[in-house]
Amino acid sequence: MSVLAQGLAQPNGGMSLLAIFFAAAVTDNILLTRFLGMCSFLSISSQMKASVGLGLAVAFVTACTGAINAAIYWYVLAPLEAMGVPASSMQLILFIIVIAGFVQLLEMVIERVSLGLYFALGIFLPLVTVNCAILGAALFMINKGLRVADGFVYSLGCGLGWMLAIVLMAGVRWRLRTAKVPPALEGPGITLIICGTMALAFMGLSGLIK
Amino acid sequence: MPGWQVILIASALVCAVSGALAALLVFAERFLVRYGRCLIDINRGHKRLTAQGGRTLLATLMEEGIFVPSACGGRGTCALCKLKVLQGGGPLAPTEVPLLKPDEIRDRVRISCQVKVRNDIAIEVPEELFSIRSYRGVVERILDLTHDIKELRIRLVEPESIRFTPGQYIQLVAPAYEGSPEPVYRAYSMSRPPSDDRAVETIIRLVPDGICTTWVFRHLKEGDEVEFNGPYGQFRLSTTPREMIWIAGGSGMAPFWSILRHMQEKNVRRKTMFFFGAVRRNDIFFLDEMRRKEKELEWFRFVPALSAPAEGGQWDGEHGLITEAVDRLAGDAADKEAYLCGSPGMIDAAIKVLKAKGMTDDRIFYDKFA
Repeated sequence: MSVLAQGLAQPNGGMSLLAIFFAAAVTDNILLTRFLGMCSFLSISSQMKASVGLGLAVAFVTACTGAINAAIYWYVLAPLEAMGVPASSMQLILFIIVIAGFVQLLEMVIERVSLGLYFALGIFLPLVTVNCAILGAALFMINKGLRVADGFVYSLGCGLGWMLAIVLMAGVRWRLRTAKVPPALEGPGITLIICGTMALAFMGLSGLIK
Repeated sequence: MPGWQVILIASALVCAVSGALAALLVFAERFLVRYGRCLIDINRGHKRLTAQGGRTLLATLMEEGIFVPSACGGRGTCALCKLKVLQGGGPLAPTEVPLLKPDEIRDRVRISCQVKVRNDIAIEVPEELFSIRSYRGVVERILDLTHDIKELRIRLVEPESIRFTPGQYIQLVAPAYEGSPEPVYRAYSMSRPPSDDRAVETIIRLVPDGICTTWVFRHLKEGDEVEFNGPYGQFRLSTTPREMIWIAGGSGMAPFWSILRHMQEKNVRRKTMFFFGAVRRNDIFFLDEMRRKEKELEWFRFVPALSAPAEGGQWDGEHGLITEAVDRLAGDAADKEAYLCGSPGMIDAAIKVLKAKGMTDDRIFYDKFA
């Protein structure tokens, strides 16, 4: 525990990589504290196997596109900002294009490399493209002024945090199968209520990392 | 910096990034999705093909002239394209699982429109599929049988004649037309006996929003060229002398019209009771023809039934659902055979009635329309 505390407290002109990762994944969980990426979260969390698959896909895409987007921002957009090009609106369009293109590429690579993985994950990839948590992670990363290496760790943390949230929810819903849920709340209703409760729990972790 | 220059740079940047990504995707597709030539071994060496990989097994086989039946055209819904893949088919796709029964999966049956040819593959194709060909023809006559049923006669052009067993069907190609962007295949039973081998006739009922039937009813004209492939299907008379009960509704008349006239030509005399159901007086057709056949053939009896006869004039035939008429009039069914052609709902109901009358499963033959 003390190693963790030391790692978290390490001053580096900012936060240490571990702190960035932990904050992104847990205390600042993109789904439970910022409520991004809820659509696929609500529908896919009904099955554990699918949730793990989707979570992995989202984590991978978020991490990779995070790094690419950070590079685009800091090496292309930021210099252009000096010339009057509004980076804040450009980043929106460019990040989206990069995310969509990356997912297409990923689908082709997975199909070629591992057919089993393609059938397990492949149907989720279009779902991943429209997941707003990925764009959100990229934009927050820029907001915080993180560069490419830090940005990659941050995005990875966001992605894995999203995966954590959906897997937790899948576990809770699995247990709920034998519970008496009021008919009107079955499905999305009870899921949202649980999501709120989980968010409250995660709120308790805020302030852990300054 | 002046506004227009900013706009120019911004647009150029978006174009550059999009272009770079698009180029990357094109190259990736070229290198990653290329599967080269793949060897397809059919029926353990009976036939061998090499084809360009990367497409579905169904599409590849169709291209090579092996016509695997498909009603949905490769969308993974009709399950007619089932084939055994002995080797090289890859793992079972999630889209195949709901269409296959557990013992089919064990026997390595796959849905060929969902199997992609990525490497050498060994498959089993039923013998009958090899005699299936693609035909081109000209519409010789379109006859209105009722307000929503037409009889279509197609004279064959290339090849000039067709051989089939009465009861089989063809897959008509409805080409792209306004409202339907791609060609679609739909199955229709042939209604003429095989002795007339220069032409093919079918009976088509208009389906609301049906892609093919809309084409036939609204766009097709006499003199138009059409394409179809076939003959398909296992629905045919058995070789036993048992008495028969035929049950059909609407365009289900087609195979029986072919079988009946074939039986007359070949002097096959098996006691037959043909139950034909419709809703109203104006839904029924071929009444005169059927009565004439009853006079000509002493072993044939035609029993039409209307479920709502009151609307549309007088009716002196049976009343009620066709399955009710079967129940009333068919008698003990223990030693008889049944042939059914119509909607899945009608067939399921008819099977129940027949079994209640003592008929066994192996004597009930049917052709379910999707």
